[in-house]
Amino acid sequence: MTHIKVNVDGTTYEDDVEPRLLLAHYLRDRLGLTGTPIGCDTSNCGACTVDLDGATVKSCSVLAVQADGSDVTTVQGLARDGEWTALQRAFHERHGLQCGYCTPGMIMAARDLLRENPHPTPGEVRQALEGNLCRCTGYQNIVRAVLAASGETLAQEVAEEVTA
Amino acid sequence: MIPPAFDYARPESVEEAVRALAQAGEEAKVLAGGQSLLPLLRLRLAFPELVVDVGRIPQLRGVREDGDSLVIGAMTTHHDVIRDPLVRRHAGLLAQATATVADPAVRHRGTLGGSLAHADPAGDLPAVVLALDAELVAAGPAGRRTIPAREFFLDYLQSALSPDELLVEVRVPKTDGWSFHYEKFHRVAQAWAIVGVAALVRRENGQIVEARVGLTNMGATPLRAAAAEQALTGAGDPQAVARAAEAAAEGTRPAQDVSASPEYRGHLARVLTRRAVLTATGMG
Amino acid sequence: MTDQAVEREVGRSRLRKEDARLITGQTNWTDNIQVAGLLHLAILRSPMAHARIERIDVSPALERPGVVAAFSGADLAEGLGSLPCAWPVTEDIVLPDHPPVAVDEVRYAGDPVAVVVARDRYAAADALEAIEVDYDPLPPVLDLEAALAEDAPLVHADKGTNRCYTWPLATGESFESVRQRAEVIVKRRYHQQRLIPNAMEPRAVVVTPLAASGEYTVYSSTQIPHILRIMLSVVTGVPEHKLRVIAPDVGGGFGSKLQVYGEEALALAVARRIGRPVKWTESRSEGYLATHHGRGMIQDVEVAATREGRLLGLKVDLIADMGAYLMLVTPGIPILGAFMYPAIYKMDAYDFTCTGVFTTRTPTDAYRGAGRPEATFAIERIMDELAVELGLDPVEVRRRNWIRHEEFPYTSVAGLTYDTGNYEAATEKALALFGYDDLRAEQHKRNERGDPVRLGIGVSTYTEMCGLAPSRVLRDLRYAAGGWEAASIRMLPTGKVEVVTGTSPHGQSHVTCWSQIAADVLGVPFEDVEVLHGDTKAAPQGMDTYGSRSLVVGGSAVHRAAEKVVEKARKVAAHLLEASAQDLEFTGGVFSVKGSPEARKSIQEVAFETFSSHDLPDGMEPTINAEHLVDPENFSYPHGTHLCAVEVDTETGRTSIRSYVCVDDVGRVVNPMIVEGQVHGGLAQGIAQALYEEAVYDDEGNLVSGTMADYLVPSAADLPDFVTDRTETPAASNPLGVKGVGEAGTIASTPAVVNAVVDALRPLGVHDVRMPCTPERVWRAVRSATAGEEASP
Repeated sequence: MTHIKVNVDGTTYEDDVEPRLLLAHYLRDRLGLTGTPIGCDTSNCGACTVDLDGATVKSCSVLAVQADGSDVTTVQGLARDGEWTALQRAFHERHGLQCGYCTPGMIMAARDLLRENPHPTPGEVRQALEGNLCRCTGYQNIVRAVLAASGETLAQEVAEEVTA
Repeated sequence: MIPPAFDYARPESVEEAVRALAQAGEEAKVLAGGQSLLPLLRLRLAFPELVVDVGRIPQLRGVREDGDSLVIGAMTTHHDVIRDPLVRRHAGLLAQATATVADPAVRHRGTLGGSLAHADPAGDLPAVVLALDAELVAAGPAGRRTIPAREFFLDYLQSALSPDELLVEVRVPKTDGWSFHYEKFHRVAQAWAIVGVAALVRRENGQIVEARVGLTNMGATPLRAAAAEQALTGAGDPQAVARAAEAAAEGTRPAQDVSASPEYRGHLARVLTRRAVLTATGMG
Repeated sequence: MTDQAVEREVGRSRLRKEDARLITGQTNWTDNIQVAGLLHLAILRSPMAHARIERIDVSPALERPGVVAAFSGADLAEGLGSLPCAWPVTEDIVLPDHPPVAVDEVRYAGDPVAVVVARDRYAAADALEAIEVDYDPLPPVLDLEAALAEDAPLVHADKGTNRCYTWPLATGESFESVRQRAEVIVKRRYHQQRLIPNAMEPRAVVVTPLAASGEYTVYSSTQIPHILRIMLSVVTGVPEHKLRVIAPDVGGGFGSKLQVYGEEALALAVARRIGRPVKWTESRSEGYLATHHGRGMIQDVEVAATREGRLLGLKVDLIADMGAYLMLVTPGIPILGAFMYPAIYKMDAYDFTCTGVFTTRTPTDAYRGAGRPEATFAIERIMDELAVELGLDPVEVRRRNWIRHEEFPYTSVAGLTYDTGNYEAATEKALALFGYDDLRAEQHKRNERGDPVRLGIGVSTYTEMCGLAPSRVLRDLRYAAGGWEAASIRMLPTGKVEVVTGTSPHGQSHVTCWSQIAADVLGVPFEDVEVLHGDTKAAPQGMDTYGSRSLVVGGSAVHRAAEKVVEKARKVAAHLLEASAQDLEFTGGVFSVKGSPEARKSIQEVAFETFSSHDLPDGMEPTINAEHLVDPENFSYPHGTHLCAVEVDTETGRTSIRSYVCVDDVGRVVNPMIVEGQVHGGLAQGIAQALYEEAVYDDEGNLVSGTMADYLVPSAADLPDFVTDRTETPAASNPLGVKGVGEAGTIASTPAVVNAVVDALRPLGVHDVRMPCTPERVWRAVRSATAGEEASP
């Protein structure tokens, strides 16, 4: 067992874990943070994407021990006082989800894109989401949602989150 | 799926890491970014007794200049390589090819050293460092040694590193003034390359005076298309480049697998070499 | 009467009620479920396609830490019956025994051989490695035609044959007679590759037993909680009334969760055996072996026509890969397609035969479209070939044969009565949006100059049968159950509304759409409606969700049940307003007396008055709640025209979609935003079949494309933007005028894309490219065609 200390969505957790425990299973099975789902075993689908110290990772391909001392943000940590972020609103308003299983990963990946590139082109959005698979939407409304969310509002929100 | 159980060490220095590896022998695996190792563990295709996590060794990260070379820490992530101003200025091929690796989240974790040490001929970066004539620096119990890229890739998933050695840095000669292009052919965005071609050419008066062509996924190791390189020398127009590219698959032994036949890979190597050189030089 | 209300909700792009939880991570996927004492079940699967189990010893697994139990197939055989097949399509069909865990023989790579139960998923996975199994290999059976030979090795030796069934359908004139008088015959063979459905949520099941009373709750990632409950009762012997099945949040299905899986039965059997709650969750690569596949057919297709391009007849001979066992509706999938080969075309003769064949591969079953995409592909591909044969534009040859809008209702040669449709209108609109003539001109220019990147244009004018299904038709097709759907509506005392539906959504937005339908009929706010589904305790009656049936059948049931509520409420309102029921108007949720508009009662007031029951009409039951079951009279028939332009790099063989336009007619539209989303997703899957996906097996019967790294599900970066539009010809067979939209995009797009690829290459001498049209296949097709050209003078 290895002792780890991880801050997830603003709460600090200390746990003894097996070194082989995947971050995704740590979040889901140990912390009960089931908002982050798992969709594959080869890091292709991206459903489990979370933010680790300011950059997206696929939490099924990171060991919990590798997150020791880190800050993790999941889809469950995005809304502030019940207020959705611009991306969450955009996914809702542009019908960017159907079954919703890929949605947490999509939102986290899109958030990562907009942090680096606040005004992406449709092609840049598609490229940025290349590691996140969706089987329901054909992606068109996801791309629309990300484009809708891009711009000042979101950049501001992300900046606030980062400083918070 | 679930990784098998293993012991875990997280050294804070290269020396400590090497000691841990030396103690465990063949049963240890180095965990760099983990983007190749974790899927292997999850599919239970690897059963290490010890995993040595080198992710917390600060000296292994970052890019610096050393005369005519760049020295890139083995644990520098793909994401950082792509954005590094030194890499962009002096080793543009590496930055460009790295941007085609997997997807953004994987590039946040995956590292240059990890990709090279994994020695997967389908990976993009082995062929690139081969084309760049890079050198790889390994640290072991007896100290450091420098391995030319040409001698680093021994066989499928097998590098020249011994079990007690750690890849610590990659020395990339500056290619200022060279034209370059990485031409990757894959079926979907995040799939492995069926074939990739890393082309570097230096021209004088519109003629190619030196060409280096690295091939991804054309054999058990990354390869240099030596015959094509030679034939490209002196080429000054698209027709000459096209003729030279016909030699790109000479001496290769590409695999038959679910995505392509050897014959098709050979064909792609020729077409992509031509395209890579034409794009690099702007002749196309 | 409710017309004003209709304008208010139905037809409007309401944002989804489903989203709030899904975008904030407050989900309830089956794998999320935690209960005290929960154990994890893991399954050891055969690494071989076909072998006898010589010896199996699970006892070493019991030595591993945290392991509670381990069972072989023999250990579990008692009290666990064969998995069900509900669609024995012929009287003499071969129905092999299908134990959830193999006992003496494994018949596909992935066939379960043992299970372990442990305190967590890690311990369970470890314990699998301790189980000892000796296999004696048997020959795999992989080639569909070779499997039918006399001396072929057998998948089920006790059955004496690999032939599962032969199902014929011959309608109209005899095909032989039209062939005699035909001036043109075109015959082709097409291959429908195996596909892996890839719902994003891997399957999972949790069973919680209540040992004292013998009750069990089964949570499963399923499309069919109601059917599953019945079948689990049959398979395990747990009485139906002691079983509660819940489909919590379900992350996509596409047919792959229209199934009664061994793991569901196993989890129940094991929970009963050990008296503890258990969970099983598949990993993606495990699911590639264990979750049924789709397609997998060889199609021999022949059309007979006149020189003017009029179709005379169609002959189809199918060989369909069943896989190793018959799952819930495996044999019926090609039969669902049987009626769709004649599509939108008029002809005199139709001759269809399907032979189902056992192979040593993962069983096949429904995958988005289920039989209909295969049929549409075959007819739409061969219509292009006929056009070439006749020197006609592919749109023109379709125009000369399709049913004209004034000819509806029209009974097709296959015997289906298409109620409504307007193929001309959809096609005209699509051609205009696509810029068909300009693209043809560009194509001509590029061909002239020998451009190495060719432009190709593909068309597909499809129809499909949705709204499964009239129960009597299902009877005639030997399907075990009916095709009705149930809805009930509860008016709560505070005026809020609960709609209980028998459909079981997993991405289709039923909560939103059923709210829109109910809100309109009842005249209540959209926000005041809650929709209950997917739990046999909360929604006890239903036939679940598949085959684009939910809106057509289930939505109609909601509509009818709401009308019943209004009629009951009218009686109460009339009594309270001291008027006769006939004198009441009902608008916007308010009953008022004609001529004295101040005399009013809202439906919410009526709901409360009914609850208090202080002043109801004499003899009236104190409820205005209502239930309605719809058994549809006919299928519904969406149709449309899809156009695809591709650029094919003849040097590398790579195909890129340049533009895609579709005009679908799905009848009246409840929520345009949701309809568009369904079309987008369908297109992506249909395009994926055309260009990317295939379950590839090696000669030993191992699944080579065994992980998501090898099976190429396209990402956003691999797909284009689609131009989607609609025409709206209401269906005549249901009160909403709707037709269903879940499968349209998938059915139409595959042939449109492949037609485009072949169209691009035809000037080079290419007449077909097998799916998926990989770069290598395209390259080889070009190479052999041009080599042929060079060879001939």
